[in-house]
Amino acid sequence: MLDNEEFMLDSYPRELTQNPLKKIWMPCRNGHIAQRRVCMTNCPTLIVTVGLPARGKTYISKKLTRYLNWIGVPTKEFNVGQYRRECLKIYKSFEFFRPDNEEGLKIRRQCATSALNDVRQYLSVEGGQVAVFDATNTTRERRGTIVKFAEQNGFKVFFVESVCEDPDVIAQNIVQVKLGSPDYLHCNSEEAIEDFMKRIKCYESSYQPLDEVLDRDLSYIKIMDVGRRYLVNRVVDHIQSRIVYYLMNIHITPRSIYLCRHGESDLNIKGRIGGDSGLSARGKEFAKHLRKFIQEQNIKDLKVWTSQMKRTIQTAECLGVPYEQWKSLNEIDAGVCEEMMYEEIQEHYPLEFALRDQDKYRYRYPKGESYEDLVQRLEPVIMELERQENILVICHQAVMRCLLAYFLDKTADELPYLNCPLHTVLKLTPVAYGCKVESVYLGVDSVNTHRDRPENVNVQRSTEDALQTVPAHF
Amino acid sequence: MEFPHLERMRLRRCDSAASVPQFCNSPTVIVMVGLPARGKTYISKKLTRYLNWIGVPTKMFNVGQYRREAVKIYKNFEFFKPDNEEAMRIRKACAAAALKDVSAYFTKEQGQVAVFDATNTTRERRAVIISLAKEKGYKVFFVESICDDPEIIAENIKQVKSGSPDYVDRDIDEAMEDFVQRIECYKASYMPIDDEKDRKLSYIKIFDVGSRYLVNRVQDHIQSRIVYYLMNIHVTPRSIYLSRHGESELNLLGRIGGDSGLSPRGLKYANALADFIRSQKITDLKVWTSHMKRTIQTAETLGVQYEQWKALNEIDAGVCEELTYEEIQENFPEEFALRDQDKYRYRYPKGESYEDLVHRLEPVIMELERQENVLVVCHQAVMRCLLAYFLDKPADELPYLRCPLHTVLKLTPIAYGCKVESYFLNIEAVNTHRERPRNVNINRDTEEALQTVPDHV
Repeated sequence: MLDNEEFMLDSYPRELTQNPLKKIWMPCRNGHIAQRRVCMTNCPTLIVTVGLPARGKTYISKKLTRYLNWIGVPTKEFNVGQYRRECLKIYKSFEFFRPDNEEGLKIRRQCATSALNDVRQYLSVEGGQVAVFDATNTTRERRGTIVKFAEQNGFKVFFVESVCEDPDVIAQNIVQVKLGSPDYLHCNSEEAIEDFMKRIKCYESSYQPLDEVLDRDLSYIKIMDVGRRYLVNRVVDHIQSRIVYYLMNIHITPRSIYLCRHGESDLNIKGRIGGDSGLSARGKEFAKHLRKFIQEQNIKDLKVWTSQMKRTIQTAECLGVPYEQWKSLNEIDAGVCEEMMYEEIQEHYPLEFALRDQDKYRYRYPKGESYEDLVQRLEPVIMELERQENILVICHQAVMRCLLAYFLDKTADELPYLNCPLHTVLKLTPVAYGCKVESVYLGVDSVNTHRDRPENVNVQRSTEDALQTVPAHF
Repeated sequence: MEFPHLERMRLRRCDSAASVPQFCNSPTVIVMVGLPARGKTYISKKLTRYLNWIGVPTKMFNVGQYRREAVKIYKNFEFFKPDNEEAMRIRKACAAAALKDVSAYFTKEQGQVAVFDATNTTRERRAVIISLAKEKGYKVFFVESICDDPEIIAENIKQVKSGSPDYVDRDIDEAMEDFVQRIECYKASYMPIDDEKDRKLSYIKIFDVGSRYLVNRVQDHIQSRIVYYLMNIHVTPRSIYLSRHGESELNLLGRIGGDSGLSPRGLKYANALADFIRSQKITDLKVWTSHMKRTIQTAETLGVQYEQWKALNEIDAGVCEELTYEEIQENFPEEFALRDQDKYRYRYPKGESYEDLVHRLEPVIMELERQENVLVVCHQAVMRCLLAYFLDKPADELPYLRCPLHTVLKLTPIAYGCKVESYFLNIEAVNTHRERPRNVNINRDTEEALQTVPDHV
C-alpha cells in the first residue's frame, strides 16, 4: 500500500532528505524518495444519501463534495438522476416514477447499478477517497444492495438521510432547483410543480426511513427539518466525524458573504510581498469607499472579520463597526522571502522561484507556508463562515484565493491564480446549488499584485523568463 | 496607526487570538441530565478541561459536592428516597446554592461557560434552571447521558463511585450494593428529555457511551464545538505516549527553534525509544511526528509507519529563530523581558505565542481523543501544550511545565483524570528548561535576564 512498507526492511536510521518543493522530510534509499501519502481515510468511503425528492439531497451532496475536495480529500458525486436522464433522453411525466411502472423500475435499477460501477471505478481504480451516491435510496432493499456492494469492494458506508415535512421548505426547494431542471425545460412553473408533487407521491408509499432499531448497525446521520435536529449513529472514523461536523454546521438561511483584501499597502506599492505594513494613501481612500459601500448595501447584522495584520485592521477601523481579528486569516507566510520583491527572490533564490511556478499550490516557501498549508489553516474559518450569516471578510491575496476557491469550487491548480485584485469587493450569495458572484470595484486606483504563471518554469530559465509576468511597481 | 474619526458609538473590538471568537456572547449553562453512574461527572470534567484549554473560561458545579458539604456524613441510599422530605429539602437547597454560584461565576468572575453537574432527571428541576437562565439572559444547553448496559454501569461504579467520599469507610461490595439502590431511587421519577415536549430546547442526547447521538437546536458556535467534542471522545482504555525528539545539534548549542538533525546522543535516544516502545507491547500503536527533521529522524528508528503533522511543529520563534538566549538578550532585551512577564500570551515578532500554539494544536487534540494508542514525537513547547490539556494545567503554568529531553511520558486515562508515568531512557542530554527569572522588568540587567538560562556548549 504505502511505499514506506518496503523500506521497513532497511537498516535504521534511514537517510532523510527534504523534498525541495513541499519542504517535507522523507526517507530515501539510493537517492530515491519514498512517496508517503498522508491520508485521512484508510479505506474509501461511500456516502449514500437517503430521502424523498426535494429534501436537499443533491444540495448536500454537492456542498459536501466541494468541502471534501477543498480540504484535500478526493471526492466525487454520482447523481443517479443524471444517469436516468442520459438513459431516457426525454422525461415525459411523473408516471415514469409510479411504483407499478415495471419498465420504469427496470431502467431505474439499471441506472443505479451503472452509477455504482462508476463509483467502484472511481474509488478502486482512480484513487478517489470518497464517493457520494446521490439518489433517493428510500427502500431498505435498495440500501441493502448498496451495503453489499460496499462490502464486496472494501468500502465503508455512511448514510445521510434528510427528513423534512415542512411544506414551505419543500415548495421553496422545488422553486429553486426543480423548475430549472432539464426534466422541466419545456413546462411552465405550474405544470412543473404539479408534476413534481405527484412524483414525490410515487415515492412516499414505499419510503422506509432509516430505523433506530432495524438499522442500528449502520453508520448514518439523519438530518431533520433542515438541521433543527440530528440523529447520529455509529461514526466509525475521522472522515465520518468531519462529515458529521460539517453537515451540522451548514444552513440554508439566505445571506451574503463579502470578501475583499485590505486597502493598498506601502509594501504593495513597492512590489514587496508579505510583511506587516500599513495602508498607503490610496489604501486609506479605499477604506473610506468600503465604508460607504457597506452602508449603502444596508446589510442586516453584518459581522466583520480581519486578520491580525495591520493593513486589514486599518481597513476595518474605518468602517466604524465592531470587528473580530483572526490570526488564521493572516497572509501566507513567505518565510525567507518575506518583504522581498520578485526581482530579489529571483536574484537570491532562483531555484525556489522556479519550483514555485512549477506547482504553486504545493510549493512551500523555505521556513514559510504553501497554499496547501493555508487551506488547512483556513478550515476553521470556513466552518465558522458556514455557521454565520451576513459577513464581510477583510483579508489578503492568497487567503482570499483559498476562500474563493472553496465557495466557487475551484481546483487546486486554479486556486493560486484566481484573480483577487485590490480595492474590489466580491459579494457571494448562495443560490440553488452554487454561488452567485458580484464583483464591485470601488473606484480607487491601486497597483496590480497578480503574477501569472510564466511560460518557462524550468529551473534553468533566464532571469528575463522568470520575471516575465511580474506586475509593475515603484 | 491613525484612526479615522468615529461618528458612531464607541468601537468595541473582540480580539480573537484564542481559537473561539466572540467572547462577548451571553454566558452558557451546560446542564447534565441522567441517572447516577451514566458518566455525567466524567463528561463534565472533561468538557470543562477542554473548554478551558481552548481559552473559554469554564467552571464545573457538582451538586453532589454541595450536598456533601451540607450533610457532612453520608449514611446510605435512604437519603435519596423520593419520599424523604427532609432530604428533598436539602437537595433542593443545594441545587439552588449551586445555581447562585453559577450566576456569581458569570457576573463577578467573567466566566463564559458553567457546567451544572447533577442528575436533573425531572422536568420540574430542569424548568427551574431554564427559568433562571431566561431571567438572567444565559443560554442553556442540555447534555443527557442514557445507558442501560449493566456492564458499563457496573464498571462505572467500580471506577469512580467506590472511591467517592460517600463510600470511604465501605468495602467495594457494600458500596456497589448501596449505589445500585441509590440509582433505583431516581428511576421512578426519571423523565428523559422528550423529543416532542422539549423540542424547543437545545440539547444532545448521548446513547450507550457514544454509539448514538441526538442533537437538537444547536444555537451557536460554542454549542457546535461542544457537540463536536462530545461526539469524538470515547472511554475505551488506551495510553498516550508523549516524547520530544532526541537531542538535536541546535539543542547542544543552546539555540532555539530551527530545523536541525539529531546529535549522536539524540540518535542513541531514538534507539532507546524503539526498545522502550517494543517492551511496552502496545496493540495498534499510531505514531505521529511534526514536519521537522528531528522528530522524523527519531520516529524513523521505530521501524513503523508514522504520520507527519505540520500542526505539531515547534513554536515559531520568528526573529529569534536559531538564536541563543544570550543573543536574544543582546539583540532584543525588551522582547526577552516581555516574554518573561507573560510567557503564555507573548508572541515572538513574526512568530507565535503559546496561545497561538494551543489554537494550532486543537485539531491534534481532537484527533487524539478519537484515537486509541498513540505515540506523539514532538517538541518542548508543543509537548507542554498537550500535557497541559491532559493534566488540566492553567495558562500560567503551561509554559513552565517540565518536558525534558529523552523522557517519555505515558498518560493513561483513569477515573476522572489521567495517570502519568515518566520514563527517562537513560541517555544524557542537555537541559533546555529555562525557569522564569526573578527579575522580569524591562530595565533589568543582562545578568538578571540570563539568570536561569540552562548550560550549553
